[in-house]
Amino acid sequence: MTKYLLYMVQMHLNFRRAELESLADLFNIKINLDSYNEHSPFLIVDLDNEEQAKQLIQRSILCKAIYEYWGYGQNYPTLHQNIQNEPNFVQRRDSNKFKSFKFDFESFGGNHKKSLPEKIDTINQFKYLDFQGEIKLKDPQEIFTIIETYSMIDPQTSSNQTDGIYFGRLIQRSDRSSMDLYDLKKRPYKGTTSFESELSLISCNIAQVKPGTIMYDPFAGTGSFLVAGAHFDAFVLGTDIDGRMIRGTGKGSEHNMVDNFRYYKTESHFLDVMTMDFTHNSLRSNLPIDTILCDPPYGIRESIKVLGAKDPERFEGKENVVIDGEKAYLRKDYIPTKKPYSLDSLLDDLLKFASERLPIGGRLAFWMPTANDENVETIIPLHKNLELKYNCVQEFNKWSRRLLVYINRGDKYNGPENHGIKRSQTNFRDRYFTHFTK
Amino acid sequence: MKFLTTNFLKCSVKACDISNLNFPLEYDGSKCKLVQNEDIEFQPEFLLNILDRIDWPAILQVAADLGNTSLPSQKPELHTNMDELNEEELVILRDLHTLLLQTSITEGEMRCRNCGHVYYIKNSIPNLLLPPHLA
Ligand SMILES: C[S@@+](CC[C@H](N)C(=O)[O-])C[C@H]1O[C@@H](n2cnc3c(N)ncnc32)[C@H](O)[C@@H]1O
Ligand SMILES: [Zn+2]
Repeated sequence: MTKYLLYMVQMHLNFRRAELESLADLFNIKINLDSYNEHSPFLIVDLDNEEQAKQLIQRSILCKAIYEYWGYGQNYPTLHQNIQNEPNFVQRRDSNKFKSFKFDFESFGGNHKKSLPEKIDTINQFKYLDFQGEIKLKDPQEIFTIIETYSMIDPQTSSNQTDGIYFGRLIQRSDRSSMDLYDLKKRPYKGTTSFESELSLISCNIAQVKPGTIMYDPFAGTGSFLVAGAHFDAFVLGTDIDGRMIRGTGKGSEHNMVDNFRYYKTESHFLDVMTMDFTHNSLRSNLPIDTILCDPPYGIRESIKVLGAKDPERFEGKENVVIDGEKAYLRKDYIPTKKPYSLDSLLDDLLKFASERLPIGGRLAFWMPTANDENVETIIPLHKNLELKYNCVQEFNKWSRRLLVYINRGDKYNGPENHGIKRSQTNFRDRYFTHFTK
Repeated sequence: MKFLTTNFLKCSVKACDISNLNFPLEYDGSKCKLVQNEDIEFQPEFLLNILDRIDWPAILQVAADLGNTSLPSQKPELHTNMDELNEEELVILRDLHTLLLQTSITEGEMRCRNCGHVYYIKNSIPNLLLPPHLA
């Protein structure tokens, strides 16, 4: 076992641990999170080897990097002492002796910027490492990183004295830079329902979207989760009841969903999108689906609709209408009528579907909005075959949304159930439009 | 819509679920326009992964609907581990790749062999919606 230092972002804390645990589990890596601290971006973990450290972090969004841990000190003298007191210091020093290298600086907290002379001065203190290799700023074999922490003296000014220093050898940077790659601002095809890149990638990690497997988004819209899933090499399949969402309306934008996959160079991982009502699902029932990830309609930017007539009397006999010798409903340009449906029923349908289609151990993850001011506890939908593994909340000003993640445990699990009728009495959409003043 | 997807789609009409004629849908060869996309990269791992889930008789049926009757009558049996694949198996996987992932139906129609409902494919997107009397 070797000690590794994880450097995480101090953000989305409700998602951070879930992401880390899910990635560890995905790669069968045992990590001890006893010393995990919400308030700290650092975590020291024991891992078998470098390979594990790489696996654990390479697709993480909420970690920045992982380092082989060399030491820590509250100031430089104690850091240097600590580094040299580590049991495998000599062996470590010698195995890096002739490698090309450079030093990197990172800092956490405060806004103190180290000047170049300060940096050089700091690096010179590490002479005892006795590295003989070439110093290469571009593509060195090893990068040694000094991470300094700073605290604030008052809300505006940070101390210019560090109060803690970690030192380590960089093993692997995370996938955090993909957040920018998938930034909605640069995406060719998007709409009002598109989901921001950071949390869509994180959702994929917590849902354990796996390379070479099938990921399905039943409410695909403009395909935000599909592009995120394809990024992690899953083969993605989407459906949406509204053909305009997946085709593009042609208004204002020439683009459609496939263009996004071409843009991100993941076209080979895009299976299909289909115009379909999730509640009248045409995916054959014996087709296993590895992961289901979605943002169901909740009646804010788009209504919740299913196939069928709102007032059936008006449609009575319409199936007999003939246009140009053809049954109207069999014509290519026929547009079926739809009727409103409740979010609670839709979520029940989603859980049931997941329990029938996911393999044992497979995950369903979806986003659910809740109003913050409601004095009643938010009731989370539950299905007896599904274990609710995570409930990660993202708070906004007057509302919040949560990523609910379930694991299919199969028939024998017999977990607690919670059906739609028992849940929320208040309609989220009405609340949203009245700005939650009730 | 990729050829592979024809292996996933049944009729949306719930009443057809009790029949075994609701899958696969019947493709009208005279109206289906097929396109080959060479840009889709060969992904042996994925193919191996889904071969298991593929309903081979349905593949044969849809291929025949679309004018291809040259497929082997039995689903190819391959090593499940990538590293164990031999040359011959790789050739089979490549053929499957061409058929399942590179071939798609860009325009066309398909019909449920149970209820007779017709679904259309436009601009490569199949539309599985139903009129109210079938929903
Ligand atoms: C919140 S949006 C999801 C947006 C998507 N994540 C994106 O990236 O654009 C919900 C979507 O569900 C679709 N929808 C509503 N009712 C549906 C139903 N019964 N079956 C399938 N899709 C439905 C809407 O058309 C909408 O595109
Ligand atoms: Zn049918």
